[in-house]
Amino acid sequence: MKRILLATLLGFSGAALADGGLLQKECVSCHNISGPTAQTLNEAFAKKGPDLFYAGNKYRQQWLVSWLQKPRRIRPTGIYYGNHIKAGAKEDEIDAATLTPHLALSKADATAVAAELMKLKVHDDLIAKEKIESGTISKQMGEMTFNKFLGCMACHLIEPEYGGFSGPELYTATQRLQPEFMASYIRNPQAWDPKSWMPNKHLSDVNIQKLVRYLDLLSKESANAK
Amino acid sequence: MPNRYWLVILLTALSLQAHAKESAADNYKAYCVQCHGLQGNGNGVNIRDMSVVPRDHTDAKSMSGRSDETIFKAIKEGGPAIDKSILMPPWGGTLSDEEITDLVQHLRMLCKCKFGS
Repeated sequence: MKRILLATLLGFSGAALADGGLLQKECVSCHNISGPTAQTLNEAFAKKGPDLFYAGNKYRQQWLVSWLQKPRRIRPTGIYYGNHIKAGAKEDEIDAATLTPHLALSKADATAVAAELMKLKVHDDLIAKEKIESGTISKQMGEMTFNKFLGCMACHLIEPEYGGFSGPELYTATQRLQPEFMASYIRNPQAWDPKSWMPNKHLSDVNIQKLVRYLDLLSKESANAK
Repeated sequence: MPNRYWLVILLTALSLQAHAKESAADNYKAYCVQCHGLQGNGNGVNIRDMSVVPRDHTDAKSMSGRSDETIFKAIKEGGPAIDKSILMPPWGGTLSDEEITDLVQHLRMLCKCKFGS
């Protein structure tokens, strides 16, 4: 009974799936699934969830299926951090009361939604420009590049307890994201989202490859630590 | 009016919309607050693990020691362009020169100061 009630309350059910799909029915209340992305800051400030209209260029399908069943926060301060922080005694703090959890889907719904999301590939052009070269990087060199030379830790967590909060955590990046997407977004965030909070640091190809390898290393460590 | 004129007008309108200038207050809110803080005092939500703390934009003494040109350069090209921290990234790929100029004036409003004052 509880399950039926929950499904009714959330509006998620097999019937909803059959009748046009969850993606069109439910996800659109918080996600942009048809593009274009925000063209003004006011539009960007109003975002409730990440853009999904290029989800097929961005995410790993297997991760989507898993995450949609057991969602947990990846961006400590939400999509626009300014909506979820408050002045603290010393520094600004995360205003946890303003953050809402993502709904959890059943395995069947998560699988169906992930399959639909993977069809959304409007940025094949950007992905096609990236070539990921095989190679390794030591953790020490990766950390030096990420923290000291490029300063990415200012906004991103590279461990659960180290780094900044306004960007998405990066110690799970490779579990979630396709490597070509990571390379392309690092190269030019504004090509994906002109109002992105992330700056274009005009990185060389060598540094982009280093970062993608380092993120891969971090994600493997994070997965092994579980 | 020939169709091609309508097309030119439409494309111009779309172009203007895509590149509309944002206010300095909104740009500050979008890009600066994450490190420089809601009150502009350098106590942003990201600073916990930073080796160098962000500039306090309300500090008239330190802010008056930098020219508008130096601040413009720091915003556009990042901290290392003025021998400061890599943690201050370049915003030239995000903001137009005009928006950066407006942002410099916004900082002058926050510090209630001018260069050399």
